[in-house]
Amino acid sequence: MTAEAESWAVPVSVTVNGVRHQATVEPRTLLVYFLREQLGLTGTHVGCDTSQCGACTVHLNSRAVKSCTVFAVQANGAEVTTIEGLADGDRFHPVQEGFREKHGLQCGYCTPGMIMTAVQLLQINPNPSDDEIKDALEGNLCRCTGYVNIVESIKWAADKMRNQL
Amino acid sequence: MFPSSFGYVAARSVEDALELMSKHGEDAKLLAGGHSLIPAMKLRLQSPRTLIDLGTVPGLRGIRVDNNELIIGALTVHSDIAASDLVRKNLPGLAEAASVIGDLQVRNRGTIGGSVAHADPGADFPVILTALNAGFIVRSAQGTRRIPVDDFFTDFFTTAMTANEILTGIHVPIPSTGTATTYTKLPHPASGYVVVSAGALIVRQPSGTCATARIAIGGLGSGPVRAIATEMELQGKPLTPQLIAGAALKAADESDPVDDSYASAEYKRHVATVYARKAIDAAVERAATN
Repeated sequence: MTAEAESWAVPVSVTVNGVRHQATVEPRTLLVYFLREQLGLTGTHVGCDTSQCGACTVHLNSRAVKSCTVFAVQANGAEVTTIEGLADGDRFHPVQEGFREKHGLQCGYCTPGMIMTAVQLLQINPNPSDDEIKDALEGNLCRCTGYVNIVESIKWAADKMRNQL
Repeated sequence: MFPSSFGYVAARSVEDALELMSKHGEDAKLLAGGHSLIPAMKLRLQSPRTLIDLGTVPGLRGIRVDNNELIIGALTVHSDIAASDLVRKNLPGLAEAASVIGDLQVRNRGTIGGSVAHADPGADFPVILTALNAGFIVRSAQGTRRIPVDDFFTDFFTTAMTANEILTGIHVPIPSTGTATTYTKLPHPASGYVVVSAGALIVRQPSGTCATARIAIGGLGSGPVRAIATEMELQGKPLTPQLIAGAALKAADESDPVDDSYASAEYKRHVATVYARKAIDAAVERAATN
């Protein structure tokens, strides 16, 4: 078997929020820029751009990842969920509702990433303690220091999701 | 921030990746989870001309038992190791180390093989894998070899692997009854990297005597350092609090740390003795209930 040659423009097929997209990307294109600039999904934010702040968090095959630290080519064949894919039509996801009900945001810049991380936390642990929520949010920074209300928002969502079951 | 332009090729197999490495030579880098390499490329600390993606190679991800060893595929992500029942039951110290790397998102993407091949002196896996007497399964066109952990980390960001080898897995002996493993670290408050950390493996006889001890310390040098003096002090003796306290005081005897902007050498040496004691205490307690 002969190894393939390297490529400078790579065809990718990525399913984003349930819609399959086929595109050609430069290998150095980061997933976050693919989402924002090629697909126009600007709900995912670029904050620090150094894999610390978590504003760019999306789900890649159902796991929260920092999309500023993933090449778009690595998402070839994968399923991506962004903040735009959480709501069910006009109905917000319970975590989105929680951030509204408990005022879990001030400027809102970190919010999409906070929510995407929180959604994964509640998938793993439907009834997290305050400390478990804080641990899960270690990779998401809020410069408005809204952490207290963010934790409250996630607890509100956890309660609602448990009661829906 | 964008990395320099590079050519990309998705490897289909380990053989394919080896062939690509020989074709592209030093201009190429292997890509696993990318959680050390991509940040370095964005900062232009690394500008490989070609990336060979191992993420597309089947069979490199997962944890299984073989011949009383745990075999962990090189592409296994930290969160899978932290959550694995096999790991938590047999090697809780390894699960502890995996669960304190970076943050949730980083653990979902970073791989154990990428971490150890990168050999960052502030990484967690090298320390616990040293305590666990792990080995590294390395493939080249010539075949497969195993490199014991004590020979693997040779310098800052440097391992015993040669440029034409690929790390495919890590094997860790599954300890017998009465053995316990632990990992504990003082993380840098901003980066989460190791300031000082300690991994311990203690084999405790039913009588309470220490049959074997392997203690590894991180943060004191270019890579993990075995605390041999501490191990010698523990071996063959009843594991009393006094013995452990005295042994832990020798945890930095084999090390020569240097001052950095966060911690002085003296502070690191002191913290090493404290964290060695925490790790050993926790391991002894765990071993008593195993």
